[in-house]
Amino acid sequence: MIECKNISKIYSTGVGEVTVLKNLSFTITDGEFVAIMGPSGSGKSTLMNILGALDVPSGGEYFLDQKNVAELSDDELAEIRKNKIGFVFQSFNLLPRSTVLRNVMLPLVYAGVPKGEREARAREALENAGLDEEHFYHLTNQLSGGQMQRVAIARALVNNPSLILADEPTGNLDTKTGEVVLRTLEELNKKQHHTIILITHERDVAEHARRIIQIRDGGIVSDEENKKIS
Amino acid sequence: MKIADLFEEIFFALFANKARSGLTILGIVIGVGSVIAMIAIGQGSQSSIQSNIQSLGSNLVQVMPGMQKSSGVSSGWGSSQTLTNEDAEAIVAEIFLANAVAPEISSRYQITAKGTNTNTQVVGTVSVYPGVRNVEIDFGSFVSDQNVKSLSKVAVLGPGARDDLFGEGADPVGQTVRIKGIEFKVIGVTKTKGGSGFGSQDDMIFIPLSSAQKFLVGKSYVSTINIQAQDAESMTALQEEVTSLLLARHNISDPDSADFRIMNQADIVASASTITDTLTLLLGSIAGISLVVGGIGIMNMMLTNVTERTREIGLRKAIGAKRGDISVQFLLEAIMLTLIGGVVGIFLGWLASLGVEKFGGISTAVSSTSVALAFGVSAAIGIVFGYYPARRAAKLNPIQALRYE
Repeated sequence: MIECKNISKIYSTGVGEVTVLKNLSFTITDGEFVAIMGPSGSGKSTLMNILGALDVPSGGEYFLDQKNVAELSDDELAEIRKNKIGFVFQSFNLLPRSTVLRNVMLPLVYAGVPKGEREARAREALENAGLDEEHFYHLTNQLSGGQMQRVAIARALVNNPSLILADEPTGNLDTKTGEVVLRTLEELNKKQHHTIILITHERDVAEHARRIIQIRDGGIVSDEENKKIS
Repeated sequence: MKIADLFEEIFFALFANKARSGLTILGIVIGVGSVIAMIAIGQGSQSSIQSNIQSLGSNLVQVMPGMQKSSGVSSGWGSSQTLTNEDAEAIVAEIFLANAVAPEISSRYQITAKGTNTNTQVVGTVSVYPGVRNVEIDFGSFVSDQNVKSLSKVAVLGPGARDDLFGEGADPVGQTVRIKGIEFKVIGVTKTKGGSGFGSQDDMIFIPLSSAQKFLVGKSYVSTINIQAQDAESMTALQEEVTSLLLARHNISDPDSADFRIMNQADIVASASTITDTLTLLLGSIAGISLVVGGIGIMNMMLTNVTERTREIGLRKAIGAKRGDISVQFLLEAIMLTLIGGVVGIFLGWLASLGVEKFGGISTAVSSTSVALAFGVSAAIGIVFGYYPARRAAKLNPIQALRYE
């Protein structure tokens, strides 16, 4: 469960202070599929960094599973990311010259999962992400964009996080492949009840989620159920 | 992160960039290899010089005449004729620390045999000389007490003199040589000592002391008294006793104006060691410079690595790697490079010193200390030059690192 209370983020630059997020408050319960939508410069990336425990807010409180993430140190944040959050990036960020399995097993290495368990869990995650078994031993740079993003989704899934954060997951993909990746996220939400937050600037993409939070200039413009789905 | 996983990550990273890792390792290989080889050459020459000095005789103390001064003009060390047979006999009789005493008088003469001639050192001495000066007999026998007593005209040839006069490997026992026109009968040949550095100890002819004094020099002084101490520890005490005995015999009260001087083998070894230590230090520090250059190569590679793998570092942090995990990984990568380089370098340095020994004729000695030193230094270089890049990697902000282009 995610609870944001009056979150703000202010950056100090040489010429003065820039307010990127202003008093955002919302709650996301377990098993939701939420899109955070907004044009570039709206503060959605900053919000994602905070939700993903990569950064802390300047003001307000962010509770992830009842724990206030806003007051944690660097290493404590790393601990939160390791156990509770799975990232899917626009540019995939896979290890080059490594096999698919090795990429998916990497979070388990940091989580201290015994070696014998890792491969089975990675295979399960890859199956859930919809990648064919024939690719498991391929090097990541031999895959297509859609396949790479499925590997990235599997990597986000593998440690069973409370929250999967997908930052423009279709940004580097053509429409058709993007559709397949979004369908995969939908399936994961529907069948496995993973909590998913999708960050995007495209309405088409956002409409795959069941709830859409629109932000503009650092504030929430609207927060409503996606009528097309529900 | 577990140790085994850490090493797996490191080997993946090093293998991913084989050419670059290889070249970086090469820098360390050359550094460590040259340190090993240079120290081996330095220590090898040290031990060969020391064994040369040891081959002069074991636990040897030598008494030599002092400077002769006539009306203020010095003729240099060893020119006076102040040491006598009686001095040697007094040492035998009164100093119990002396194991054996062998006085000698030596000088260069023209020697002729049938149709050949040579110019060599003729040493008049007594029967205990071989024991004192580590001389061994190859053919026949050495000068005996009887020879000395009866002024026999007999000669024992060194292998060098034998080769010049009778041909290599010949057995000249029973033949005659002429020294200063006087015939001497050859009764033996000594074994080769192969001395180098301090002049050949093989190109010599030994005759009885009394014969040399009577027939060749015409005076009864000695040019050196060789004394063998009982053991290495008693050499200093022996030296002191001999000094006071000879001062008393020569009626000299001030030790500074002694008409003789005493050389202790340990002193020679010590002063030669100072020279070779300096040599080893010099060679080692020249090689050490290349080791430092290799270390800078490591740092350069690791910095490039950190820049190139910025996104990977960002990703690792995003999936839960702590600062410590990242810095340990990069630090261990650097240490791994230097350790691989160190092991290969030690092996190649050892090969190089074998090569120098075989083809360059310089004796070398690879010691376990220098191996341990090179190993430790290469690990230290990994830590020192890997620390900064590793810290830089660990301090990267994951948000910026993930967006790095």
